[in-house]
Amino acid sequence: MAMFGKALQRVRPKGRKDASGREAAAVTEVAQSPPVDIAPNDPIIAFFQSASGAVDVDALELESPAVTALKEAGVKLVVPLVAQGELIGLLNLGPRLSERDYSGDDRKLLDNLAAQAAPAVRVGQLVQEQEAQVRDRERLEQEMRVATLIQQQFLPKELPQMAGWQVSAFYRPARAVGGDFYDFIELSDGRIAIVAGDVTDKGVPAALVMASTRSIIRAEAERLVSPSKVMERANDLLYPDIPAHMFVTCLYAVLDPRTGVIQFANAGHNLPYVRIGDEVVELRATGMPLGLMAGSKYDETEATLGAGQTMLLHSDGLAEAHSAHGEMFGFPRMHELMAKADGGQEVIDALLLELDRFTADVQEQEDDITLVTVQRSAHSHFEESTNAGEMTMPDTNGHRVLAEFQLPSDLGNEREVMDRVAEAVQSLDLPGPRLENLKTAVSEAAMNAIEHGNEGNAELAVGVQVLLSDDDLRVLIRDFGGGREIPEAETPDIEAKLAGLQKPRGWGLFLIQNMVDKMEVTSDDVHHTVELVLYLKGEADGSDAS
Amino acid sequence: MAATLAEAHLRIEGSTAVVDLSGDINRSAESVLTDAYAQASAAGCTSIILNFAGTEFINSTGIAVIVGVLAKARQEGRTVSACGLTEHYQHIFEITRLADFMPMFPDEVAARSNGS
Repeated sequence: MAMFGKALQRVRPKGRKDASGREAAAVTEVAQSPPVDIAPNDPIIAFFQSASGAVDVDALELESPAVTALKEAGVKLVVPLVAQGELIGLLNLGPRLSERDYSGDDRKLLDNLAAQAAPAVRVGQLVQEQEAQVRDRERLEQEMRVATLIQQQFLPKELPQMAGWQVSAFYRPARAVGGDFYDFIELSDGRIAIVAGDVTDKGVPAALVMASTRSIIRAEAERLVSPSKVMERANDLLYPDIPAHMFVTCLYAVLDPRTGVIQFANAGHNLPYVRIGDEVVELRATGMPLGLMAGSKYDETEATLGAGQTMLLHSDGLAEAHSAHGEMFGFPRMHELMAKADGGQEVIDALLLELDRFTADVQEQEDDITLVTVQRSAHSHFEESTNAGEMTMPDTNGHRVLAEFQLPSDLGNEREVMDRVAEAVQSLDLPGPRLENLKTAVSEAAMNAIEHGNEGNAELAVGVQVLLSDDDLRVLIRDFGGGREIPEAETPDIEAKLAGLQKPRGWGLFLIQNMVDKMEVTSDDVHHTVELVLYLKGEADGSDAS
Repeated sequence: MAATLAEAHLRIEGSTAVVDLSGDINRSAESVLTDAYAQASAAGCTSIILNFAGTEFINSTGIAVIVGVLAKARQEGRTVSACGLTEHYQHIFEITRLADFMPMFPDEVAARSNGS
């Protein structure tokens, strides 16, 4: 009906003839006549739409502001222009030049004219509508070009190069350009910050918020270092200025390539996945998206990427992609694909291949897709290598060596150490509880060596010796944590832990001490060694060490 | 034996939730156990039985996870008990004094009949 109003403004009532009777004067008067606007809810619209021909305005008795306006404008006769049942305009006529009433022939002529003019006017209107749509589309496309330019300007030009690590990234914008971004920031202490984010909304506003977020994080990364603090600061800076209904989800992780330790905070972004062997686990940390609430606080979590393990950061565009049947790609499918893919780039390739198949009949990608993988090199020949991380074991002091081996400091290898030690002592026929206690002590000591002594650096070995004498069985577990002060272990107090006064962790050393007859800890400039002792005499009853 | 990731399957019957645990109870159990607890809590269960019958390995980080869940349950007025532990892990639950705050039963039937 808005179109109708516009059309009507151009159809103005015909003016009276001036004293000279010249047509030009009449045209001038027409041009000066006020246009008549008709409100969309005016009852006259329905009346004109169903009128069978020209309508005498003076004879109309409708309660209608438009009728009043037509009368005031001097309109005597209105010929509705109706095309395909829709009122698209009015032909308004003033009094006849002869000042007589309009005759039957006049009305017939006008009706014929209206019947031919209506489709022509409609075509004109459609052309105008299309021209407006083309202009709108061009404006949107121009905006998209600007948004794409901004976004691509701020994506990393190259991937970080770290010895023993492979970093891969994939970014594919949706046509309407969402606000995905990712970034790598090299910190002065040799660590690297990895950022993945997604701004709600699309187009130029989202691209500008993305650029601001990236700049804020870059500015604060070096100064604050702690991921949770960086997220807090970014939230505090974004919140006052971010446009209404817009916010940013962001995952911020700091990786130490020397040890594989990752500290991360999450502002409402998808949880990163880590592939460990054939399993995929999520790294969890919670926090509100940036720019949503003032004063948000963020969890900070730590994890270690072991040899051969891959971390995947991903935006919504993949998990929330829909097939032609409306099915969602979903997180379980991503889990499954990642579990089967061997390595960072392979993970990305497998996900994209399946996505292409899944969305084969879908015309347009719904949202930006960003995938970043960080993979730690596998060290499959670690034990045979002679690199600096290889362990030298102490003299055996006349003990018989039941086993001696070393393993890379990958979390999970504590079980391998435990199983190998159990195998080595099998011939001793230790009573069941003694053996179980020893296994627990060994796995705890090995985990400490991996996690604390070698700080999770897979290139550093954990050395293990299983020694036997007539009197005792000794298991030595050695790491490269020497030359450091060993912090005094807190005695775990279950009541304090349950009351939240102590952290839930801190049971390792307590368990070791209670599982074996004796525990000795020695340290030199390089090594830290834990020696677990089981006395073989006087334990005939099979009771355990506690 | 290679490490296996922890899994938890939740069964809710009335006000009791039984969490069947399998795999290694270590740090990987944190999310599964926390999620299972959250679901049991959301379902309004007042008693939670952790069934360790499918578990062969629990380490200190796993104990920390259990302590964390137990602390939360106690704050929220829910009881937690354990069943299906091997003798070795029963011993560990005793020396860590976890057993003082989380009664242990040989199996699920015993845990249920003791009003858990």
